[in-house]
Order: sequence, then C-alpha cells, then structure tokens
Amino acid sequence: MTTALAPERAGTIEKSVSPPQAIRQTFTMTWRNLVQIKHNPMELIDLSITPIMFVLLFSYVFGPAMAGSVSAYMPILIPGIIVQNALFASMTTGIGLNTDVSKGVFDRFRSLPIARSAPLMGRIIADTGKQAWSMFIVLVIGLLIGFRIETTWLALIPAFFLLLAFALLFSWVSVFVGLSVRDPEKVQIFGFVIIFPISFLSNAFIPVSDAYPGWIRTVMEANPVSHLADALRGLLVGHDVVNPAVGQPVLVPALWALAWGAVFAAIFVPLSMARFRKHS
Amino acid sequence: MSHAIRAEGLEKRFGETHALRGVSLTADAGTVLGVLGPNGAGKTTMTRILATLSQATAGHAEVGGFDVRTEAHRVRQLIGLTGQYAGVDEMLTGTENLVLIARLLGLSRNESKARAAELLQRFALTDAAERAAKTYSGGMRRRLDLAASLVGRPQILFLDEPTTGLDPRSRGDLWEIVRGLTADGVTVLLTTQYLEEADQLADDIVVIDRGEIIAHGTSDMLKAQVGGQTLEVRPIQAGDGEAVAAIVGDLADAPPEVREGLVSVPIADPAMMPAVVRRLDDAGIAVGELALRKSSLDEVFFALTGHHSDDIDAEANELAAGATKETSA
Repeated sequence: MTTALAPERAGTIEKSVSPPQAIRQTFTMTWRNLVQIKHNPMELIDLSITPIMFVLLFSYVFGPAMAGSVSAYMPILIPGIIVQNALFASMTTGIGLNTDVSKGVFDRFRSLPIARSAPLMGRIIADTGKQAWSMFIVLVIGLLIGFRIETTWLALIPAFFLLLAFALLFSWVSVFVGLSVRDPEKVQIFGFVIIFPISFLSNAFIPVSDAYPGWIRTVMEANPVSHLADALRGLLVGHDVVNPAVGQPVLVPALWALAWGAVFAAIFVPLSMARFRKHS
Repeated sequence: MSHAIRAEGLEKRFGETHALRGVSLTADAGTVLGVLGPNGAGKTTMTRILATLSQATAGHAEVGGFDVRTEAHRVRQLIGLTGQYAGVDEMLTGTENLVLIARLLGLSRNESKARAAELLQRFALTDAAERAAKTYSGGMRRRLDLAASLVGRPQILFLDEPTTGLDPRSRGDLWEIVRGLTADGVTVLLTTQYLEEADQLADDIVVIDRGEIIAHGTSDMLKAQVGGQTLEVRPIQAGDGEAVAAIVGDLADAPPEVREGLVSVPIADPAMMPAVVRRLDDAGIAVGELALRKSSLDEVFFALTGHHSDDIDAEANELAAGATKETSA
C-alpha cells in the first residue's frame, strides 16, 4: 500500500517545459475538454438545438416576407446564421474557463509542471471542434430546407478556416469575460447581451439597403459579422444575394473580418493576461 | 538535513489589504508542519505562494531547495497541492481525472491508467471510478482531489484546509491518509482551522492570525508556552467546592474556577501538587478526582488570538455550508 505513495519521481528535475512536451500537454487538455461531452451530451444538444431553432424560425417566418420564399432567403440566412452561431459558440470558451477557475481546477493545473499555455490552448482547440460541429449542424439543416452550395463543395474548407480564424480571435472577448465575472451563468448572459446586438446590426439576416437610417447603415456595413457573412456567401453562394448577376467578392470582406478579429484580440489578449495575473 | 520548505519574510498585498505581513517558517523533510489560524488569517495566500500559484509582494521562499519565484517549474515537479475547494473536474469520472493528471505529467496511456487505478483503490474510490465526479459526496471528492495531487508522487504536499466541511468520519479517514504519507517520507504543509487536527497530525505548528505568525513550536511547546498546566479537583461532596477552591486558590497564582462541582486552576509549578493533596487531607475533604493536565490547544489559541477556536469552527462550518468561494486570493 505504501508503495503507491512513495515519494520517488522518475527522471530528473527539469528546468523548463520542452516544446514537444508542451504540445503533448496541450493535446491532453484538448482531450479533457472533449471527453466531457461524453458525460454531458446536453452540451452538444445545446450547441445544436439553438442553431436548428434559429434556422427554422428565420427561414419559415421571415423568409417569405424578406426574400419572397424560403429558398430565396437561404443564401442570405445560412451564411449569416453560421457567423452568429460561431459567435455564440465562442462563448463556451469563456464559460468553460470560468467554471475551471471557480471550481479550483485551474489552480490544480497551475500547480503542475506543465506549459502555462496548455490549459487555455487545450480549451481553445477543443472549442474549435465545437465550432466545427455547430457549423456542420447549420449547414445540414440549411441543405435540407433548400440552401445550395452554388460554387463547389471544396469551398467549405476555406469557409471553415476563415470562420475558425475569426472565432479564435473573437474568443478572446469570451476569455476576458470568463475571467472577469463570478459565475458561468453571467458569462452566458453577457454573451447574449453582446452577441445579439452585434449579429443583428449586420447583414446576417437581411441585406443592407437604403431604407435604413444612415448611422445604422454605417454600423451594419462596418460590422465584422457582415464582412464575415459576405465572405462566406462569396465562397459558398458565389454571387450577390440581392442581384444574382453580380459576383460576391471574398477576399476583401474576409480581410476586413480578420482585421476586426485582430483588433478584438489586440484589445482582449492583454486584458485577459492582466486578469490571469490578477488571479495570482 | 535541509529544509523542505523555507519561507522568509513573505508579504502579500491585494490592493489595500495586507494578507501576509512578513511570514517566516521552515519545515524539515518528512515532517508535518501545521499552519493553524482562523479564516482570513492568510493561510491560503501563503499556501498559494509556496505552491507557485501566486507571487509574494516581498520576501523569499524555497521549496525543495528551489526558489518558488525563479525556479517555479522545478518546484512544481516536487509538489502536490490539495486546495480548500476540491480541484477536480466534475464532468470527468474519477479515473479520467487521475489519468488526465498522469498524462500531463508525461506518463504513457497505460501507465496513467495503472496509476489511476492504484490511487483509486488506495482511496477507496474504485467502485466510483467510472462515475462523474459531480456525483461524488464531499468526502469522496476530497479524496479524489488528494489522489490527484499524489499522481506525480510529490515529495512535498500542500494541504490547504483538507478537512473543512467534512464529516468526522471522512476527517478521520483523511488523517489516516496523511499519516501514511508522512510514514513514506513526504513533507506535508497542512493548514487548518481545527486545533485537534493540528494536534493530531503536526510535528510542528505555527499559529497565524491576521497575516502574521504569532506562535511557533510543537503542540506541547505551545501548550507550555501559554497555558502551562491546569489542576483539576472534584470533591466527592459537591458542597465542599467552596472549601476546595479556597485551598487551591491559596496555593495557585490565579483564582480558581468552580463549574459543576469541578474546581480548576491554571498553575505554573507542578511541584505544588503534593501540597494541595496535604492541605485537602488536613481539611478532611474527600476527593473524587484530582488531575494535572496540559492546557488544550483551544486554551492556547484563546490566549494567543483573543478568540476561541469554537467561534472559528462555527464560522468555518457556516462557510462550508454556504460553500461560498473566494476566487480573489
């Protein structure tokens, strides 16, 4: 019995974590965040029900009024919902982080001789998997009710990576919120309060037109959600959603979206790091 | 032999709050150092600094001979930490929690599973191994947390209030585990609000209050330092209480206390015992009980801090019941 606890440690005392060790530790952390789904399938259902509900409600309630028919609304709605969904999914990073900190799990990790970045990186990578899942769900529902990829299926690859890149940059907002508030529910509330206005003040659900007052129009056009949705439309639909004869550029909106993402990261990475330090 | 833990003049400020005001302590390898103090005394802050989770505002500390600030990664290879709030992932099973730590520490998949099974068995959690930790009772969770801190076979273990909020039986189980660890040569720093716990487990005790160490020594030394000894006399005839009190009070330095027929008085000189017996005999008082006992740690704590440990225990239980979590420190 005593042998189980004998204070002997294999190997010598190392000065620091080597890069291969850090990578392995990051993957172990990723596993940890994904294996949770196995015990809490509700989380995955959570990530699926909301998008399905949104797609169906918007398509069948607003679609006919907005675009004349459900299928005509699809090129507008599906890329838009994919983006909105990615923003919501990025909140899971903050919720998970907040849970870890408040339950003391984070302290355990920080007391281990592992790379300082591993817990956070592992979480972000795992959440990327969840992002992929939620994008998949929206696409499948969309395809079932009339969305068509009019370019090529291969366009899904750059679309996914673009979405992911933006989500990764944006998730720092969620990291900061997760480290700033007391309990996970507050992260959720905060997420709704931020993400609803951001995603609605965009072209995610409606084409921006002259009918909107100037300032709202300015906000809608500048919104990274609009840029990202446009880039996805360019990749998957291939033409303008209002005037099918006109092409939809990809590169410019994609760069705008990433630039916005970089701004978010530039603000929230240092703020999050300061929070991290404050916790110590 | 070098000290397993050595701290010199540790200070920690959180804004205006002075959580630690120059704490110095040492723990020899293979011993248990008990850090005794009420809530908010600075125990957790100190433990976090020694376990490399937090940095001191001033002062210096070495764990296992390594500087906790500049050689934190080395320190982390030697230590295990069990916090006041169980640091287990509630979504994962017992096995997965331990495998996670083992994998992070570089064990292979098979080694990790073996190590997890070994520890789960040691801590009587085998039956619950495949259940999510959120279904565990408080005692089971605490045992899992302790198991998690032992995956890496630490030489130095920090236990921050490991039994707060546990029922007496779970507490006793945990004490047994700690005793087993020290028998294996592990150095333990144990913070506690329970005097009995420090008395039971610690080789050395430091008493901390408001961020300062106010006493240091073995349990016996502390008792001797403050309370000395207490003489207790219980006459067979309860009516003789007054007469006994008069005799005892005459010989002792302090006024005796009479409570439910028991006369007790603190004394500094044990040699007065025969004189007490003689005088009682002369007065023809029949004595049912006569004892000289060391002062309890409770009395020590009262003398040192001005408050009883009972108050603190009540406070602690309230806190445990409320399960409020302070993330700030």
